Amino acid sequence: MDRRDSMKSLLVGSLAGGLVLKGCAPATTESDQQAPPIAEKYYGRTTDEIVRDNKLLEEHFFTIHELETIATLCDLILPATNSAGSAVEAGVPEFIEFMAKDMPDHQLPLRGGIMWLDSQSNKKFKRLFKLCSPEQHKELLDEIAYPKIDAKTPQPGVQFFTLIRDLTLTGYYTSKMGIEDLAFKGNQPNVWDGVPENVLKDHNVSYDPDWLAKCLDTSKRNDTAKWDDDGNLIT
Amino acid sequence: MVKEVTTNSEGLATGISYINKVDRKEYALKAKTVVLAASACSSARILLNSKSSQHPNGLGNGSDMIGRYLHDSTGSSRTFFIPDLMNRKTYNEDGVGGMHIYSPWWLDNKKLDFPRGYHIEVWGGLNMPSYGFGFGASDLNKYIGGTVGGYGDKLREDVKKFYGSVMGVSGRGECIARKDNYCEIDPTTVDEWGIPVLRFNYTWSDHERKQARHMHNTFEEIMYNVGGVALGEKPGAEKDYGLLNPGRIIHEVGTTRMGNDPRTSVVNQYQQMHEVKNVFVVDGGPFVSQADKNPTWTILALSWRTSEHIINQVKQQNI
Repeated sequence: MDRRDSMKSLLVGSLAGGLVLKGCAPATTESDQQAPPIAEKYYGRTTDEIVRDNKLLEEHFFTIHELETIATLCDLILPATNSAGSAVEAGVPEFIEFMAKDMPDHQLPLRGGIMWLDSQSNKKFKRLFKLCSPEQHKELLDEIAYPKIDAKTPQPGVQFFTLIRDLTLTGYYTSKMGIEDLAFKGNQPNVWDGVPENVLKDHNVSYDPDWLAKCLDTSKRNDTAKWDDDGNLIT
Repeated sequence: MVKEVTTNSEGLATGISYINKVDRKEYALKAKTVVLAASACSSARILLNSKSSQHPNGLGNGSDMIGRYLHDSTGSSRTFFIPDLMNRKTYNEDGVGGMHIYSPWWLDNKKLDFPRGYHIEVWGGLNMPSYGFGFGASDLNKYIGGTVGGYGDKLREDVKKFYGSVMGVSGRGECIARKDNYCEIDPTTVDEWGIPVLRFNYTWSDHERKQARHMHNTFEEIMYNVGGVALGEKPGAEKDYGLLNPGRIIHEVGTTRMGNDPRTSVVNQYQQMHEVKNVFVVDGGPFVSQADKNPTWTILALSWRTSEHIINQVKQQNI
């Protein structure tokens, strides 16, 4: 999905219920697209959780302008690289919209922070943050992205940017795209050979052959255990 | 949702009454033997709620011991940043965190200022990201002279640089069981099923506080020796050395203690109630003490013994 498609689905998703900014609705052919119910999207939810998740997905918190500003911020925080997609491509604005409803304590700081940011960019560049040039974005963000370097930095901006950065990172790195970028490995079914040989070598350590001999015989890892009629293990 | 154990005029159990959570109505089940395994506090709650003319203080509670000697494991933790673990090659580390290390003073604690002992669990690693991953992702830069904050490629690099470089150590120890640590029925509060709930009276003693102090000194000693940087403040006396609230380690046991003397215990060696021979308790309630380790396997072993005893007693027509 490229950035344009992603933004389109973002905006469509936020308008699906028709609750916000009726006058700005996009083409009606798109407006009846619905996000898939959470029960189809994720496994392991209890009935109560599915009901709650679906309720939150049907609600809308951010306005279109707020979502566009969040999307701009997300891609400034994590732009695409040669090997990985951007935060918007990973669906982070949708994630932040969901988290704002799931954890309502985020709502005021995010909404207020976006307004604060727009008022800063209006003061400096006479335009909304989302419409600023890359150089203008950099100038605005450099004032709020480095918590301790400038004691005169206005705190609201620093706190807001820290929050949106945290949410962007968490949304990105819990997505498929982010997990791949991080090179998280995790469990692989029925295979665990311990710490890889090359990592052990880096640290000048190795497994003790005596102990390895007592561990699982990997050539038999797919065998199913069998017992005799008296309950003795025979495999 | 079991409400109470029902009894006959001889004070023996006749079954249980329970609430069906679906239709919210109360039903009764008849039984020759009742085995409670609701977990230590809930089994105590059922017994304390099972009042009758034969058992005015709760079922089998003539000793007034039900609910007493409640104790949970101690718990206190600290996290450390390990600079040597920056920029790691990634590989599967699921299940590697949470190792339980037995502390060497467990068997020789003569020189310590607290009784019994604890073990240390080490955690961390290349974990699967979940909500909260990346919060403060670049903060660790302050320990290595790097720039805290930022965005863009620099931030992406920070995430990877520090991934898997923070370790935690948690002490889990033995709490000394005391009669004055107890749960009891709250006379003013019921749950949504109309059943009176428990309230808790629990304090840590100096035994646990000194143990937790020892934990934190040991955490720092270990981590200093592996070149770690301690994160956050070391909790002092004003914070009970970081002891978590009782109940947080979810090893609560002791509420229906085992013993030979019916005046000071609730169940006998077979987890059979002294005062009601056809009621058994097979959860953590019968523990008179617990080591620093998880109680579940001991619960299983004791349950096994109880099951064999019940079969024998039924065969002999004693219950």
